[in-house]
Amino acid sequence: MLRYALTTSLILAAAPVLADDVTTFTLDNGLDVVVIEDHRVPAVTQMLWYRVGAADELPGKSGIAHFLEHLMFKGTDEVGPGEFSAFVEAQGGDDNAFTSWDYTAYFQRIAADRLDIMMKMEADRMRDLQLLEDDVLTERSVIIEERRQRIGSSPGALLAEQMRAAQFLNHPYGIPVIGWEHEMAQLSQQDALDFYRLYYAPNNAVLIVAGDVEPEAVRKMAETHYGPLKPSEGIKPRVRPSEPPQLSERRLVLTDERVSQPYVIRTYLAPERNAGAQEDAAALAILAELLGGSGTTSLFAQSLQFGTDPIAVYSSANYDGTSIDNGSFTILAVPVPGKTLEQAEAAMDQVIADFIEKGPDPDDFARIKRQISASEIYARDNVGGLAREYGEALTVGLTVDDVKTWPQVLNAVTPEQVVEAAKTVLDRKNAVTGWLMPKEEVSK
Amino acid sequence: MKILRFAALFCAFSSPALAAVDIQTVTSPGGIQAWLIEDHNIPFMSLEIEFRGGTSLDQPGKRGAVNLMTALIEEGTGDLDSQGFAKARDSLAASYQFDSGVDTVSVSAQFLTENRDQAVDLLRQALTAPRFDQEAIDRVRGQVLANIRSDAKDPSSIAGRALKEMSYGDHPYATSGDGTEDSVNALTRDDIVAAHQAALARDRIYVAASGDITAEELGPILDNLLGGLPEKGAPLPERAPQNLKPGVTVIDFPGPQSTVLFSQSGIRSNDPDYFAAVLLNEVLGGGRFSARLMTEVREKRGLTYGIGTYLVAYDQAESIMGQFSAANANVAQAIDVIRSEWARIATEGVSEQELADAKTYATGSYPLRFEGNARIASILVGMQMIGLPADYPATRNDRVNAVTMDDIKRVAARLFKSDELHFVVVGQPDGLQTSP
Repeated sequence: MLRYALTTSLILAAAPVLADDVTTFTLDNGLDVVVIEDHRVPAVTQMLWYRVGAADELPGKSGIAHFLEHLMFKGTDEVGPGEFSAFVEAQGGDDNAFTSWDYTAYFQRIAADRLDIMMKMEADRMRDLQLLEDDVLTERSVIIEERRQRIGSSPGALLAEQMRAAQFLNHPYGIPVIGWEHEMAQLSQQDALDFYRLYYAPNNAVLIVAGDVEPEAVRKMAETHYGPLKPSEGIKPRVRPSEPPQLSERRLVLTDERVSQPYVIRTYLAPERNAGAQEDAAALAILAELLGGSGTTSLFAQSLQFGTDPIAVYSSANYDGTSIDNGSFTILAVPVPGKTLEQAEAAMDQVIADFIEKGPDPDDFARIKRQISASEIYARDNVGGLAREYGEALTVGLTVDDVKTWPQVLNAVTPEQVVEAAKTVLDRKNAVTGWLMPKEEVSK
Repeated sequence: MKILRFAALFCAFSSPALAAVDIQTVTSPGGIQAWLIEDHNIPFMSLEIEFRGGTSLDQPGKRGAVNLMTALIEEGTGDLDSQGFAKARDSLAASYQFDSGVDTVSVSAQFLTENRDQAVDLLRQALTAPRFDQEAIDRVRGQVLANIRSDAKDPSSIAGRALKEMSYGDHPYATSGDGTEDSVNALTRDDIVAAHQAALARDRIYVAASGDITAEELGPILDNLLGGLPEKGAPLPERAPQNLKPGVTVIDFPGPQSTVLFSQSGIRSNDPDYFAAVLLNEVLGGGRFSARLMTEVREKRGLTYGIGTYLVAYDQAESIMGQFSAANANVAQAIDVIRSEWARIATEGVSEQELADAKTYATGSYPLRFEGNARIASILVGMQMIGLPADYPATRNDRVNAVTMDDIKRVAARLFKSDELHFVVVGQPDGLQTSP
């Protein structure tokens, strides 16, 4: 019921195991294609995912992946600036795009009989983007406003950004996706085009088509529109600078006069899901659910929010492991008035220590397993969500099989594995702890 | 000139071929009505229930009672306390959400087919016999107070509160349904029980279902679930005044940007000109990148990341609202652009091409909305709340297409009043002061 940065562990939402709903193939030029059938509504979602994101940027060019995402709507040799979205909208569709550390994705949701033209247009801008200097400069102002709106106007977002920079000693995951403002202000048309020409190519992309479509028809359309595109020669394995051993806990305090509700948040460096080896990640996903997945029954909630002298109004835990390199495990507590951040933090640490000693309650464990099974049913109601899950997995090095078996891997996790994961990962040497605090009132 | 080649291709499409939406109307043996779209592809159902009234039913001095009551429905019933209830629900893998808004209390539920009867029964106990334990009241009250404190320093919330206060006089719409720290601290268990009796009654109920359930099965579920609620609730609020005067209100707030909310009077959803208004809003500030304000304020000038306008239709008040954020140095310029676009659409209307594009967007996107059981159930309840018939989806696009250029010109002149606009600016904008 509280509106804080952490959402519940989406990672527990599992994809359907109905094998015949999902078809995959690869074009000769290297484009991977996944077709997810859902014939309930005559609509289709096309998502084109590029295997490139903010963690692939050159030093000093932070924000270029996201800037290029914006510029991809500025036209090609065949489609004028803004016409891409205008076309989709005139058909009653919606389109947009998003960027993360490991991927950049473009999507449209539209009537299923428009898929062919959508593919033609998406393929057109994979290799034929044309930029005008004025458009680039105006759009740079837009992304700087976007940064001010999303980050600069939110003390919580500013703290999260500082914590991330402190979490990664060496890996480029430490830079913000949107970029540092002083570097964004220097990004140029040439920076965008260099990034585009190197990374936007069929052999560096995954096409997801989800909805009321037949796989054979999708294959033919994809061959027609994406098939003729030339692969990029410059695609290299995505090996980024890696983290050295982290030997020292990091602690940050951010004070801001706009804070009304202080909280303590901690991120731990955690292992990520890997192709064919998702067991550690699955144990962490279940650990997050047990510790802080429910505002009522989780261990944090029971210990911090209930009882005669509660410490927190809100608490949560979350694991994010769908990434190429390190994932993260996050815990959060918002103290009740009269309790300090120190007390809230100590209470969370006590819960973790008790959990490592006693292990999970068998009923809690069984209930979470039950919900994982049911989430396979509920997930099928949202084909757009499935498209996103496959796209994300495939651009971080997982396979279609990894997505399909994820629910089974989750279900196979034992209480012992969860305790082991907690022991290994919830080590403060790997962690950054942030305190968000209001600025002290100064009497004038 | 290659652009023309694509343009010609675009015209080859006119109206998407989309399936009809088949809504059944169901009346339970006990007389409760519901709309249903059956879909047996996935073994679960979504149920959406709305009770008209919402937080506007709060009694004087009890602001926040309906909101707190709604948040307490999932905090225990019968021999189950908060944790017992959550465990029972999660063991069934059912989900129940309870929300309060200015005009409604809503219940959104999803049940697996395999244990539907148990899941319905647990929801029935929660709705009809919540425990409202003092422990739960105090704990959830703490969460509500935390929200109120957060909103006090959130620029969008600050702007929204200022607009409401200037617009709606002493009507409940003038204040936040969350209540104030003082009013929420003063709420007693008796107030919560009274709010429950006032808000959750059968005389104001709207129900829709979608998914793996038949009309025959749904009737008895409705009687079981809702038959035990009181027959009559509290009187619904009266029509709200519209006191908003033109001008600019600046509220000091630190940060690199200002958050701006603007508003003027609106149009009722049952007004014969409503569809013309929807199309006009779409052209001016709708959700599309190609809307005029997005084009002028973002695409051409780079003043903002996003800007939109909305036709707001509460049960008892209407307005047109818009929102954007911009650097403090650019706010005044953005406001000038908005005022001038507002005046331009009022005097000139829209072009033939803009009207055609807005129509294809409105008609093309409509059938795409009906995806997913939860979404469908929510749409069907919304239709009932504003008095639409069950065959409305079949005729809706015809009504959109029937809007003529003459309608557009007339309604644009009637609706958009650039000299009525009030801008609330939360930030430290350059060269802007509160006026008049």
